[in-house]
Amino acid sequence: MIVFQGVSKHYTGHGVALEDVNFQIDPGEFVSLAGRSGAGKSTIIKLLIGEEKPSKGRVFFGQYEVNKLEDNELPAFRRHIGVVFQDFRLLPTKTAYENVAFALEVAGRPQREIAELVPQVLDMVGLGDKMKNFPNELSGGERQRVAIARAMIHRPEVVIADEPTGNLDPFHTFEIIKLLEKINQLGTTVVLATHDKEVINNLEKRVITLDKGRLIRDEKKGKYILV
Amino acid sequence: MFTIISRIFHFGFKNFWRNGWLSTATIAVMTLAAIGFLGLIIFGVVTRSAASAIQDKIDISVYFNTNTSEDEILNIQQSLEGLSQVASVDYISQDQALATFQQNHANDPTVSQAINELDTNPLEASLNVKAKDPSEYGAINDYLSSPDLAPYIDTISYAQNQDVINRLAAIVRDVNIGGWILTVFLALVAGLVMFNTIRLAIYSNREEIGVMRVVGASNSLVRGPFVVEGMLWGLIAALISLIVFAPILYFVSPYLNEFIPGLNIFQYFYMHIVQLFVYELLFGVVIGGLSSFWAVRRYLKN
Repeated sequence: MIVFQGVSKHYTGHGVALEDVNFQIDPGEFVSLAGRSGAGKSTIIKLLIGEEKPSKGRVFFGQYEVNKLEDNELPAFRRHIGVVFQDFRLLPTKTAYENVAFALEVAGRPQREIAELVPQVLDMVGLGDKMKNFPNELSGGERQRVAIARAMIHRPEVVIADEPTGNLDPFHTFEIIKLLEKINQLGTTVVLATHDKEVINNLEKRVITLDKGRLIRDEKKGKYILV
Repeated sequence: MFTIISRIFHFGFKNFWRNGWLSTATIAVMTLAAIGFLGLIIFGVVTRSAASAIQDKIDISVYFNTNTSEDEILNIQQSLEGLSQVASVDYISQDQALATFQQNHANDPTVSQAINELDTNPLEASLNVKAKDPSEYGAINDYLSSPDLAPYIDTISYAQNQDVINRLAAIVRDVNIGGWILTVFLALVAGLVMFNTIRLAIYSNREEIGVMRVVGASNSLVRGPFVVEGMLWGLIAALISLIVFAPILYFVSPYLNEFIPGLNIFQYFYMHIVQLFVYELLFGVVIGGLSSFWAVRRYLKN
């Protein structure tokens, strides 16, 4: 359902971010994007959600050709995806409940459905008792769980996580990865970008390894190897 | 559609409330701008009434020979009233002129005695002509100076006062033009201050806008709440500025009245409060809303 076809991304003055990258991700897969900082993991994610356009090549997501989407087509497209970031990106003036509800509100879902669904999902990520807290009243791990709840509440086809554990200690890292696995077991495709060797080696799932903007390895049950 | 609109308002109100400090600071600056705007409206009223106070003092009087009959004078009055430049024509008969004269010199026995010793009324009947615009006295004077009217007319005051009339007319014109230029210029400044304040407020929200975009919020749902917030800021700034302005005018009004007789600025404020509020509202809400609309625009790419 996700296809990268000969994708390159060059930044004027900053060199090459991606060079001729090809891969395909099928529905229901759990794929890790591995590599050092600056290897191109984040660039792949930005291209995937249409935040940037490739210099060369094509990016497909389901029936969408992402690189051809106009600004005003992006919102509707992004409702098919849930994204989790390293820096959480929660709305600071909204409570945990409202942050999660927002993903449904933007899709125009009725209030009744929102009031029913949000507490369920927050319960699932273990924050049932902190629904009314604002982000600054939550720990890093809790914030990331709110972000995950927001990313999955509208039942997206794909959840993309960009270094979701980068700001977390090993204990919370473990929690977050468990959550992502759970989401994957429920049938959602998960794309996880990380440079955390431990995380990737414990997952024992498909690993796409990047180095200096090139895809150097793509293995069904991969390990984090950078040589 | 209805859900989206109601959510836009809901989010707008909530952001307004939760961004308490930002709202307070923005409203404070917008209130200053609104007070400036209100001050300009009042300034306009003051200059206009000052100008019209001067204008009221300008007129020309036509004095008729004593042998001109009243009918002839009234005919001329009618023809004058038919002129497009003329605002009003007052007829002062010989008897009225005498009565006024006697009243003015009641405390001067020599003058009243001298008048009483005359058999006939020596004072001439006159027409008092006011023009719509002070610059038009020349044209009225030309009309009165035509040969047809020459037999009836003794003197026209314009010739004597021409210099003063022209100078006053120039002052009235300058005050009006200057007032307008100042108003437009300062209104522009006030508007820009508001716009920039809102731009800064929205700049501090740029990351939030990015988050909304990533979650898949449509442009109108991202932008709408900010526009609602901007309009709320404008609304509250308009209200506060009126509340602040009332006591200031109350104290200033008597002093202004000394300079420009007949001008009661506080009363004007009180009588026109609804109209002024509507102006303020338009100024605040429109600029607030539009500024937000524009300021969010640049963050809606990607």
